[in-house]
Amino acid sequence: MELVLKILGRVGLALTVLPSILFLTGTLQLGTVKLVMIIGTVLWLVAAPMVQKLNKEHPAGG
Amino acid sequence: MPDEPTPPQSSGSEFEREPVPQSELKGANKFWGMYAGEHCAGTEFMIGPLFLLNGVSLVNIFLGLLVGNLLAVLSWRFLCAPIATKARLTLYYHLEKIAGDKLVILYNLANGILFCFLAGAMITVSATAVGIPFNIPMPTVDSIYPNSVPFVLIVLAVGAVIAVVAAKGYETVANFANIASPWMILVFAACGIIAFKQLEVSDWGALQDVWTESIAFAQAGKGESTMGFWSVVFFGWFCNAAMHVGMSDLSVFRFAKKESYGWASAAGMYVGHYMAWIAAAFMLAAQIKLTQDANPVPGPMANNVVGLAGIICVILAGWTTANPTIYRAGLAFQAIMPKVSRVKVTLVTGFIATIAGVFPAFAWKLLGFVGLYGTILAPIGAIIFFDWYFHRKGDATNLHNAQPASSFSVPVLLAWVIPVGVALYFIQVKGISAWYFPLPCWIACGLLFLAFTRKSSVTA
Repeated sequence: MELVLKILGRVGLALTVLPSILFLTGTLQLGTVKLVMIIGTVLWLVAAPMVQKLNKEHPAGG
Repeated sequence: MPDEPTPPQSSGSEFEREPVPQSELKGANKFWGMYAGEHCAGTEFMIGPLFLLNGVSLVNIFLGLLVGNLLAVLSWRFLCAPIATKARLTLYYHLEKIAGDKLVILYNLANGILFCFLAGAMITVSATAVGIPFNIPMPTVDSIYPNSVPFVLIVLAVGAVIAVVAAKGYETVANFANIASPWMILVFAACGIIAFKQLEVSDWGALQDVWTESIAFAQAGKGESTMGFWSVVFFGWFCNAAMHVGMSDLSVFRFAKKESYGWASAAGMYVGHYMAWIAAAFMLAAQIKLTQDANPVPGPMANNVVGLAGIICVILAGWTTANPTIYRAGLAFQAIMPKVSRVKVTLVTGFIATIAGVFPAFAWKLLGFVGLYGTILAPIGAIIFFDWYFHRKGDATNLHNAQPASSFSVPVLLAWVIPVGVALYFIQVKGISAWYFPLPCWIACGLLFLAFTRKSSVTA
């Protein structure tokens, strides 16, 4: 579970910044960039607190 | 940005009145992460655009901030961290041993008041984003007073939430701030990249042309610069003067295993005070190009560039930094009124900050306010520095065993208020920019302290 959440969080961070680079290269339209960024934002802001909570409950489990 | 880093959490006691023991020292990664996150805050959305409005050339921004931030990092590394990792005391307890507990209360009062206005600016920043879904007109850069009742209501609502959370659930928000910081850094980067693309430039010359046109538009054709290279250098160096030369971050680096961890401040300076400021400045330039709107209101600016993610970022960036600022201001005031509960003091502090946040002028005047903040608080760091090297000879045991000569050291008070008083005269009456004064005040304060205490017995 924790591994899945960690991966989702990392994907969220990637979706937050990568669209802007693709916009810079002309690959993505701004509307799509905004949509993907909010998806990435939700992923990170949901997954990261859950990972933090799991880490506190099972600190040894990493 | 003038946000104050939170010490890495220890397992139990925060060692407020004892040296941090070896077993509680933290590794370098904690400090790199903490500085990167804590200096990428809501106020960065204001400071970058204010450079443009002040007509700072692009070269001066890139080079001036490069130099200014380097000097700030060197100040943390070679002034603050060496003392912190030897004495291992908080600024407050360290100062108490030199100047007495009553003078520390005076420092707390100045600190608390300045924190209130800083938090007020952060509340304003958050409110500009909260107002977007309600289509509320935002104050313009010329606004000293609030421009509408709905804006006031939003500021009051945002301020109330921040104050209640600061009073009741500080730990929760501190944890959430840690979670949000890597994401916020990436949103800042994305804002800068997208805004750069929107400027439609292909080389440095074209970028400079667009920048110059943006300044001319924002200044209604005047195209004047009120900040040159050295202004930018000194602003970059001293916008966190209270933390490095002012020694407030003794409270942070007392947990560091090695003094070389002072280099970790580079993460905060070059992520928050370089990348984020330049990104925010590009956002305003892009807004001017696309909508002919030169108002540096963070919420709409972020919304134009990255949409809802930007709005959330502005709200969280303001909130997560206003929250600990109000909390710390509350602690500072509570030290003056120890019989009143911390919750009550923090709520009143939050109320004062919220009232300050209603007036957008505090946010628009952030550059000057930050300089003033450093001018008033940083000289106290000189007391610590000169005492450490001239009276204690760098001996931590001497400091730990020391008792102040009195509970209110008049020599320390005079050494502090004389240069600050002179500086305030030049800032308020002569109109000289505040960011020039932390350095002369710091040096003058240290020398006066040595002169006034040459024959007095401040040592144990």
